[in-house]
Amino acid sequence: MELTDFFTDYTLRTITLGTAVLGAICGMLGSFAVLRKQSLLGDAISHAALPGIALAFLFTGLKDSNVLLLGALISGFIGTVWIRGIVTKTHLKTDTALGLILSLFFGFGELVLSYLKKQPDANQAGLDKYLFGQAATLVQSDVIVMIIVTGISLVVMLLFWKEFKLLLFDKNYAMTLGFNTRFIDGLISFFIVLAIVIGLQTVGVVLMSAMLLAPAAAARQWTNSLGMMVILAAVFGAFSGVFGTGISASYNNLSTGPVIVLVAAVFVGVSFIFSPSRGVLFKQIRLIRNRRDLELKKTLYFMYGIVEKHEDISRPHSIKILNGFQGFTRGTLKALSDKSWITIKGQDWSLTEEGFQTAENLYNTNMPES
Amino acid sequence: MNAELAIILIACLTAVACAIPGVFLVLRKMALISDAISHSILPGIVIGFFITEDLASPWLILLAAFSGIITVVLVEAIQKTGLVKEDTAIGLVFPALFSIGVLLIAIYANDIHLDTDAVLVGRLEYAAFDKLMIDHVSYGPKSMWTISITLAVTLALLFAFYKELKLSTFDVGLSSALGFSPVILHYGLMSIASVTTVVSFDAVGAILVVALMIAPAAAAYLLTTDLKKMIVLSVLFGIMSAIGGYYFALWLDASISGSITTVLGLIFLLVYLFAPTNGLIAVLFRQKRQRVEVSLLTFLLHLNNHDSIEERRVAHLQEHINWGKVRAKTVLELAQKNNMITMQGEVVALTNKGLKFTEKALDYIITNKDEQIEDMKDDFFLFRG
Repeated sequence: MELTDFFTDYTLRTITLGTAVLGAICGMLGSFAVLRKQSLLGDAISHAALPGIALAFLFTGLKDSNVLLLGALISGFIGTVWIRGIVTKTHLKTDTALGLILSLFFGFGELVLSYLKKQPDANQAGLDKYLFGQAATLVQSDVIVMIIVTGISLVVMLLFWKEFKLLLFDKNYAMTLGFNTRFIDGLISFFIVLAIVIGLQTVGVVLMSAMLLAPAAAARQWTNSLGMMVILAAVFGAFSGVFGTGISASYNNLSTGPVIVLVAAVFVGVSFIFSPSRGVLFKQIRLIRNRRDLELKKTLYFMYGIVEKHEDISRPHSIKILNGFQGFTRGTLKALSDKSWITIKGQDWSLTEEGFQTAENLYNTNMPES
Repeated sequence: MNAELAIILIACLTAVACAIPGVFLVLRKMALISDAISHSILPGIVIGFFITEDLASPWLILLAAFSGIITVVLVEAIQKTGLVKEDTAIGLVFPALFSIGVLLIAIYANDIHLDTDAVLVGRLEYAAFDKLMIDHVSYGPKSMWTISITLAVTLALLFAFYKELKLSTFDVGLSSALGFSPVILHYGLMSIASVTTVVSFDAVGAILVVALMIAPAAAAYLLTTDLKKMIVLSVLFGIMSAIGGYYFALWLDASISGSITTVLGLIFLLVYLFAPTNGLIAVLFRQKRQRVEVSLLTFLLHLNNHDSIEERRVAHLQEHINWGKVRAKTVLELAQKNNMITMQGEVVALTNKGLKFTEKALDYIITNKDEQIEDMKDDFFLFRG
């Protein structure tokens, strides 16, 4: 497959556009799910959508993706309501409620699917694609639906941006300001369910939650601003979609779901490690640098302790007396002299005026970054 | 042993083996870890299958269970970096591992006895026919052996460490102060959950194993708060759903594991609605009653506060406390029935009993001490009778 195929091959272009749009909306709305600590709600909802798809086919006999996704939307919504019912009305915790709905709905969906398989007249083949997703089955009308849904959710998000943000970070404050938090809450949840449902055909019920989470979790590492996070998550999501589809299309039509998820996981891994402010790598580097700095200053203070007793602060002392001191190395000595806090002559060192001042004020003032 | 009995037996054993660790997972708020484990053992199973070519091999079970433990460790490691919250960490780790498993199957295992459909729902239908053969003598279905052994180990560990498990589940601080390492118990439980998941995987698949772990325990938790009763109840629910599910599937000619889960779902729904104290109906009823009781108290306090006849007219009360007609009527009737008030035409007055009761309530409101309300609870009980 050539790169230019993406632009010339009609089917491939449709599919690529579809997965890119899907990745973008998932990343966008997923940011809210991650920040609301509802990461696993998406998992429960996407699994809960399966019986909806199966029942929609059982009752209508249509394999039109819009009909099936409407069924998915309804059963996903029922699942969400039941989760909330379990959490608010009983002493069962959120994790139990999510696990229950996820597995029970999915099991019921599997029952209906297996029943459909045994029916001689029903042409049910192809419903399986909703388990792991098959981007190759996307047609232009599916992509148009995706674009419309993305457009609507984008408009709603911009309209309610202030409210969404307020609700995310300080729900009680939003309440005291008189916002209808239940409505806004419901609105966010509704769009998250919507994003999940339109992704089912491409990514599948089993892995849809990762599509929602991974771009957002990756974006979170690069910024502390909500707006930036949403934009970044949308970009990461779109790239995961495009790369994932490309890889799966060039390898004999593997299920797209797992491939897209793995691409998104790579984004997450890279972000976790290489993000400048939060990433593990730079955090470790900062830690080592701070530790070295501390050791340097400890040595300086130790020298100060020796020098303090003498009248002439620049009197030379033997390097040997530092030997027992923890954290002291030749390197420290050189670093200290580079900062012109000390001067070294042969086997002796002596504190400079500047070094003496620094050591004296070490515990009094906040040291400027060095 | 005929196939039907073998399938039912395997289903029951699986349900029991899952229900026991499930109880502790639910109580420890780690229900979703079982979801994560059940997904992420897949790469372990696939790699193990490439090596051993036998789904019931003990090596495969150990390898896959080990990948379950790795998931738990990985989730905890990501959580420790503080980059994302726990739930996000779970949600990132298991789809990635599961994807690797699915792709491994799709690329390398196209024509062997492992397909992605079976991964999700298992193949209980065929489990009974995969017999353990030693020297050409059949010793019954393989999965029955593996599940029985796992169940026996689980039971042995449960009896041996019941006290420790109970303590660390309900009071981590006390149990570690007494010298039981919470880390060892945690990973012990995780190991059992992993092994059980792997062993049940062949029969019921990745997602339904979650149902078998969580649903019986959740239903039992709504019925009792006694740990022993909860374990017994969840085992019972598990067995009921296994047997009921089998016959339901037979009648419908559909997937057995799907039907077991559906029966489990129905059991949970019934318990959720009708559990005597924690069910939805009981809770709604109690909340309604408490609303009336609070209204009654407000009403009595209001009467106690105002002496003038003008303030004690029924019509005025409706305005003043801002109640609807129906609610006002319910409260008035309740108060009258309990001899708390007397009515002279339209004017309401507190009786002696009402006065005493109100003073007690005031006392409680002011001091906010539990002793004050102890005998008032009995008084409230009177209304309910």
